[in-house]
Formats: sequence, structure tokens, C-alpha cells
Amino acid sequence: MKLRRSLKDPRGESLLFRRRALAGFVLILLGLILLVSRFVFLQVTHHDEFVTRSTNNRVKPRAIPPARGLIYDRNGVLLADNVPAFRLEVVPEQITDMPALLEQLGKVVPLGQDDLDAFRKQLKQSRRFDSVPLKMHLTEDEIDRFAVNRWRFPGVDVVPYLTRRYPLGGLFAHVVGYVGRIDADDVERLDPKRYQGTSHVGRSGIERSYEDVLHGTPGYELLEVNADGRTQRVLETHAPIPGRNLYLSIDVRLQQAAEAAFAGRPGAAVAIDPRNGQVLAMVSVPTFDPNLFVNGINHVDYSALTNDPDKPLYNRALRGVYPPGSTVKPFLALGGLEYGVRRPEDTVLSTGQFCLPGHGGSNSTGRGGCYRDDTRGGDGTVNMVRAIEKSTNTYFYKLALDLGIDRLSEWMSRFSFGNKTGIDLLGESEGILPSREWKAAHSKFGWFPGETVIAGIGQGYWAVTPLQLGHAIATFAGHGVPYAPRLVMATAAVTDAQRRPLPNPPSGPSLIRRPAEWDVINEGMRAVIVSGTGKLAKLNDGFPYLIAGKSGTAERFSRTSSAYDTNKSTAYLATRHRAWFMGYTPSDDPQISAAVVLEAGAWGGTDAGPIMRKIFDAWVVAKGGAAPRDVPLPAPGEPNQGVPDQSAPNESTAPIEDIPVEDNPAQASSSDGATP
Amino acid sequence: MIATLNVRLRRFLRRTLTRPRIDLPLALGLFVLGLIGLITLYSASDGSLGMVGGQAARFVLGGALLLVVSRISPSVLRSWTPWLYAGSTALLVVVAILGEGRGSVRWLDLGVMRFQPSELLKLTMPMMVAWYLHPRQLPPSWKDMAVVGVLIAIPAGLIAEQPDLGTAVLVTAAGAFALFLSGVAWWRIGLLIGAVGGMIPVGWHFLHQYQRDRVLTLLNPESDPLGNGWHIIQSQIAVGSGGIFGKGWLHSTQSRLDFLPEHTTDFIFAVFSEEFGLVGVCGLIVLYAFIIGRCLWIAMEARDTYSRLLAGAIGMSFFVYVFVNGGMVAGMLPVVGVPMPMISYGGTSAVSLLVGFGVLMSIHANRKAHL
Repeated sequence: MKLRRSLKDPRGESLLFRRRALAGFVLILLGLILLVSRFVFLQVTHHDEFVTRSTNNRVKPRAIPPARGLIYDRNGVLLADNVPAFRLEVVPEQITDMPALLEQLGKVVPLGQDDLDAFRKQLKQSRRFDSVPLKMHLTEDEIDRFAVNRWRFPGVDVVPYLTRRYPLGGLFAHVVGYVGRIDADDVERLDPKRYQGTSHVGRSGIERSYEDVLHGTPGYELLEVNADGRTQRVLETHAPIPGRNLYLSIDVRLQQAAEAAFAGRPGAAVAIDPRNGQVLAMVSVPTFDPNLFVNGINHVDYSALTNDPDKPLYNRALRGVYPPGSTVKPFLALGGLEYGVRRPEDTVLSTGQFCLPGHGGSNSTGRGGCYRDDTRGGDGTVNMVRAIEKSTNTYFYKLALDLGIDRLSEWMSRFSFGNKTGIDLLGESEGILPSREWKAAHSKFGWFPGETVIAGIGQGYWAVTPLQLGHAIATFAGHGVPYAPRLVMATAAVTDAQRRPLPNPPSGPSLIRRPAEWDVINEGMRAVIVSGTGKLAKLNDGFPYLIAGKSGTAERFSRTSSAYDTNKSTAYLATRHRAWFMGYTPSDDPQISAAVVLEAGAWGGTDAGPIMRKIFDAWVVAKGGAAPRDVPLPAPGEPNQGVPDQSAPNESTAPIEDIPVEDNPAQASSSDGATP
Repeated sequence: MIATLNVRLRRFLRRTLTRPRIDLPLALGLFVLGLIGLITLYSASDGSLGMVGGQAARFVLGGALLLVVSRISPSVLRSWTPWLYAGSTALLVVVAILGEGRGSVRWLDLGVMRFQPSELLKLTMPMMVAWYLHPRQLPPSWKDMAVVGVLIAIPAGLIAEQPDLGTAVLVTAAGAFALFLSGVAWWRIGLLIGAVGGMIPVGWHFLHQYQRDRVLTLLNPESDPLGNGWHIIQSQIAVGSGGIFGKGWLHSTQSRLDFLPEHTTDFIFAVFSEEFGLVGVCGLIVLYAFIIGRCLWIAMEARDTYSRLLAGAIGMSFFVYVFVNGGMVAGMLPVVGVPMPMISYGGTSAVSLLVGFGVLMSIHANRKAHL
């Protein structure tokens, strides 16, 4: 036994190292000999075999891209289809002089600048032996002309592929979205194995968010190629697994009715089944033709779309944020009940002006913490139901103050205001829910009590998307049970077409603890339709069920001139207002709810209300029975009877709600203020 | 103050050129190796002078860095070691944070250039282990071995997470070699290997699915004709059809007809084997063995424990490159991204290898005085 050394021993260590280094070198030599013996095994023992395989090496695998899943509406109406097409492909390594080839080829098949740009871009990213698409969607004439001249162009081929077609054009552009050619950014994020041979990928909408389901799994074939690399024959084929088909919960007829109801005026509407969160209609007007994007949109079309002042590419339902105005009032009232701050029978006296405690009400300018009601002289003594019906600002100013901003924003956030609703689309806006946290993050000032007051009537920092409001009213209509909105209700394999529903359990417990509270708010929103703004628009006339709802009219600009007080023409107001309407039906057992925003609407009740009514009308018609499969749709006409003319309102029948106040102090600093 | 610094820097650079401290046999070996690399690359890249030029530029840059590093004495390097190790590990953490939510992130974008922090660890790892063991009693105790184990595991784990299994193996090997050379008793090594062997099923559990696929594909290449199986089959055909004398330079059909994937980078050795045959392979392996042997000789001549362990570990990890890449090309090991040193095209690997050899040159210049 050696004694353990207690000090470092340089000489001993050096010797130890020497022995170790030698041992290590011997091991390395053994490893290298092992490696060489493997090469001997391959290069000597099995040399003949590999030479044969090398000379016979004419078999190349090629991926077969899977067919993309189709997209249907809830009744099986086709929304996204695959159609066969042909494209021109070039294998770069077989081309000696690319510019000359493109010039010669251009004489046979016309090549646009866009084609060439896209081709050159992709050429840089692909390997030299991978074929690069040059021109998509060849016409028959072009195919014929190329076939005759094909001998002149080795390395160029016409290749069949499936391209996407959206038979309904713009109607679903914002929901289904579109596919586009795979570009450099996609190459980085996509699994190269799954996308070998695939030329398109979902770019927006359902096509993007359900890419994994729609895409499928590629197969492959073993090809025999000659010395040029040209395919001689197919030896083996392993079929790809096509992507799954999707069934949307949207009904084409509701969608068409909603879009038609806007008559081209910019806005958005979302209709949801409150019982399960299924989206029944979702439109953003104006829209665009998604087919333009599939094979690469040209510059002219693209700049026409981007330069359009109405921004057709912008998905207003999902991303457009607007001040919600009075539409927040029913939710706020519910919060008052829920937190025990108000009982339904508690009354408030509305005198036409509400002043923060401690601020003089006699201040004639209205500054110093006073806020106006819509009706001059006020609505008198109002309880909760009547406050919702009349949209009495004073009632909600007080309620907001009594709740306090913290409880107000905590309660409202439960309806997904200020949050994503969790719809199965990407790119949803969160909007803004007024709160101390939000202000702290965006301003150097603290929270002012006046901001709580105006938050109570949906103005100030508030910003919501049509989808958020649609989700909120659906959650209320569903007796407080929140469901994340869902566009896709089922998937099906191409082979058996057996629909497999996608479950959508509630995203949380009911927000309403006592059913009686729901009844109070419901009564208030019924009253809006019966005797409030809805009465004026005759929203329930001739409709088989009871409708409940609430209007909102938000101002787009702060009032800087006195023109607002004198000019009451609808056309003038429409340039200044955004009109909201939200509602549901039947009010005793809600089965459909909707939220509508009209960007240039004068009044919520009379301009946005009828759009909601037309969606409900289409729903009633659709309820009569599901449309048969793949039958042409009824022309988007007027399936509704008894709906008031959209142009009905005029100055003489000035809405009860929505009479603007003058000089609201809170609006002096905000460019997108709101009145209820 | 600044003037003095300036003067010193100038003197340092002037001496780098006028009085290079290089070991001629090792430099010659590397030069020949680089030449073979360029010749092979010319063929594998289908005669692309752009690629050959780019690679030559990397060699020049690496060579310049080699000369600079060779002027830094080992004792200075030793004093920097903990900082270099901590800095490169911190960069790994930065990459891991930046890469959150993305698939595989190894690069750090410096604006001017991108580089892989994991590349630094190939050098700083053996430096750190050598630094730690330098003042201790050797052979190391269990406790010292445990500390070294942690020093290796932290960066290696971060790299494996990226995921970059090939580099993780290289970094781990570099650290382990330093430990091996410090004279850990054989029975302890046996015990460790046994323990690691026992951990393999556990490690399997932590591999990414695609990494498992690579191992499984090795066992049954025909199962994956679109991916790695194809690589393995085509690479073996290339090697096997080369025979004893090869098909001759520029006559590799496998690479020319694009049956062989990645034929300028990870699989360039298959092109070499196809064109130069077993004779070429043996020649190249002998050259590699010579370089490794020379490194170990330099290590034996070194002045202190730190220099010895560092030089030995750098030399031995060179072997890991050769063995892993050669084994992969010959269908003996799974497909991992380890380049053939000085032969494979691209990456920062050639530069970082040459910097490592710069350290060796410095150790050689500061060797023991022979009495």
C-alpha cells in the first residue's frame, strides 16, 4: 500500500501524466484502427456489392405532398377546395445559363416580373438539385406551347399540383384566410420533413391556425432516374396521408346575411351560440378575394388592397379596437349586483349632470369634475332596469365610483375585456381594459377618480374588439358560462368523412352566482328593445322570438368645434360616430347572440341594430333545417321580412339615447372619446 | 498609460510575426491537412472556387489567431481561465433565453457576424478542468472528480438542450479527457464507465424524438428513405464503391449526381473515401494520428500540470472529431453534426480548432527546460 502523498509531487505527477498520455494514445490508436477496419469492411470486403449499388444508383426518393384538408361550413358547404393545376419547375443544377434560359422560356410561356422575382428569391434558398417553381397555375394554352418546345429546355418541367380555391371569394376571407407560397421565413419554422414537396402553407385565418390539422403527412415514391436526373419510372409509391377536413360552426347563410347587411359600409359583426361558444357568423367589411393570394399576388392587386382607405385586408372583427360606449353598461350593472354594491330597486336621480363629490355642481363651464347625461335635464329617478333602458349616464357614473376602478376592471376582465378571448385564430387584439395597471404601464400619472367615472360609460381608455364584445354578450346570454369562441366544430378524415367533434368545455365556472341577477339585466336589455333605442329601430317587429340587446354610440374624435351642437344630420354624425349593437335571442332561452360595429354609423340603435336583426332573421330561416350538402347557395338577397329600412332614422325621430353632451371635460385630452 | 499599452500591443503583434513560437512538425501536419481539405472541397463542391476560397479565408483567419494565441503564455491563460469559462457559459445561458420558444437556437447574432457560444466551450472546458486540477493533489479524489463532473455537466447540459448533441459530446469529451489525463485510477474510470452505461436508458428518455430517430435509423436505415436513413445508405455506398484505390479526384459519382447529401459539410469524408479509396483513408488517418501524437508529446514536455492537462485534452478531443465523423460516414455511429476537422466546409469549427492549436503552440514554447 502506498502512502497517500500530502504534498504536490511534480515529478510524480509528470510521470503519472506520461503514463496516462501513453495509455490514451494507445486507446486512440485502437479507436482509429477500429475505424479503419470499418472502412476495410466497406471498401474491401463489400467493395463489389457497393460498386454495383453505386452504378445502379438510379433510384431517388421523392416526397409526395399530402392533399390539404378541405374546409366546410357547418352544413357541408365547401369553403376551401383543392383544384388540380400545373406549374413550371426548374432544376437549377441542370441549367448552364439561367438568364438565357429565362429569356428563351419567356418567349414560350409569358413570365411576369412577379414570377421572376419570386423565382430568383427562392432560387437563392434552395439546393441546386431541388426543383424550384417558376410559374404557378399555367393555362392550358401555356402547357401546350411548352410541351411542343420542351426539348429545348432540359431541366424545366411541367408539374401537376393541387392549388387552393375559395369558391365563396371574399365572404370568408377574414375567417378561413388563405394559403400562400412557402417563403424563406416559413422554411425556417417548418419541419422540412413534413413539408418536402409542399409549395403552400396557411398564411392567415383558419388556414394558418389549423395548419397542423390541414397539412397531413407526406408520402414518398422511389423514382428511377437517368444520368440527367430525369425520371424514367416510378418503382414504389407510399401514399401520403391527406390532411383532415374541417367543419366550421359558421352557417354560410348567416355569414351572407351579415355581410349583405353592411352593404359595403366598414364594420364587423360576430354572432356566437351562447350555449357552446360556437361562432355562427363572423364578418369584417370590406373584404377581399383570398384567391388572389394563393399563387402569389401581383403588385397591382396588392397595392390596390393596401392603399384602399377602407383597409379590406384588416380583420376588424379580430383586430379592430373601438371604444365600446354604452354597451358596457349591462355588464357593469351586473357587476354592481354581483359585488353587492347595488340592488335592482336602488334608484339614482338623474338631473342631467353628475359631479364628483367635492366638486361644485354650480360650475357653469362643467369643468372641475362634472359629467353630463345624454338627456338634457336627465332621466329623472331611475332604477337599474330603467338605467339600462335609458342608458342613463349618471346611474353608471355613480355605480363605477362605488365599485371603484379595481373592482370594475377585475369584473370586466372576467368577460375577456383587455384579454384575448381565446378564439381559434391567431393575431387577436387584446383591446384595452381601463385599470390602474394599464395606466401605470402607459402613463406617468396615477389613476384619477374622473377616469373611473367615464370608464363606467365605456369611454376613456376603453378599447374593445367586436369579437370581445361578441364573446362578452355570448357569455352573458349563456347565463354567465364562459366559452372560448370556436370557429371549427369538427374535423373529419378524408377517407371516412366521419365528423369528429372538437370539444370546447367552458373556460371557467359561471360568472353569475344568483340567477335572479341575470333576470334583472335581461329585463333591462329587453326594455332597450321594447321601449329604448331598439323600439325606434323596430328591432323586434315581426320577429318570432323576443330579442334583448343594448346599443352604443362611441365618438371617434373629441369635440373641438361647435358644429357638433348645431349639425344634427345623420351623414355628419356618421363621420364622427361608431355605432354598436349587441344582443341575443330568444331572451328567455338565448340561442344566438351577436355584436355589431359600424365604423361610420350615426347611432347604435338605428344603424347597427338592423344589421344584428338581419343576422337573427337568417338564423331563423336556417333553423328551419340544415341545407343539403354541396347544393348551390341561395343568392345573397333579402331573406328577411319585416325588418325596418336601414335608412329609416332621421333627425325628426332623434334617438332617445345617444343625444350627445356638450363639452365633456374627459374628452378634451382623448382623441377617441365616446358618449354612450 | 494608453501610450504604454499601445507600445506593448505593437510589440506583441510584431513579435507574433517576427518570432513565431510554433512547433514546426505540428504546423506542418495542420498545413498538409488543410491542403487536403481544400482539394477535397474543390471536388465535393463541384468545383466551386467561391467555397474553396471561403474555406481558405477561414484557414488564414484561424492561422492568424493561432499565431496570436501562441504568444500568450500558459500562465496568463491559466489566470484568465475561470473568467473565460464563466463568460462562455453565460453566453450559453443567453442563447438559451433568446431561444425560448423557438426550435433550435445555437447562434448569437453580433450584428457583424453570428457565432455559436458552444464553440467556445470546446476550448474553455478543458481549460477549466485543467485549471481546477492544477493546484490539487493528483490523482484526484472522488470530491475533485465530482466538482469536475459538475463543471462539465452545466455547459454540456445547456448545449444538449439547444439541442446540439454533437457539440455536447465534444465538449464533454474534452473535459473528460483532462480528467482522464490527471491520472484518475483505472478502477474509478471503470466504475464511472459502468455508471454511465447504466444511465443510458435514462438518457434515452431525455433525448429529443428526432435524436432517438437518428439512433433507430442507424439500426434500420431503410425505414427512413427521406431523411437520415437515406444519408446513411448513400454514404456507405460512396465509401464502399471507392474500393482500395478510389475512383480518383473529381470522379465521385455519389456526390456528383447528388445522391450523397451534405457532401461538402458533414459527409465530405465520404466523398474523400470514394475518390481516394482505402489508401487515402489510411493516409489521412495516419496524418490525424500524427497530429494527435504530436499534441500528446507536447503535453508530456509541458512545464506544469495545467499545461499538460490542457494540451493533452485538446489533442485527444481532436480524436473524437475524427472518430465520430468517420464512424458516421461509415454507418457505424448515428448522424450527429460533428465535422471532420479541417476537411468539412464552413462553420466556425476550423477557426476554433486552430485557436486550440495556438494554445498548444504556446504550451510548446513554454515547455520544460531540458537539463
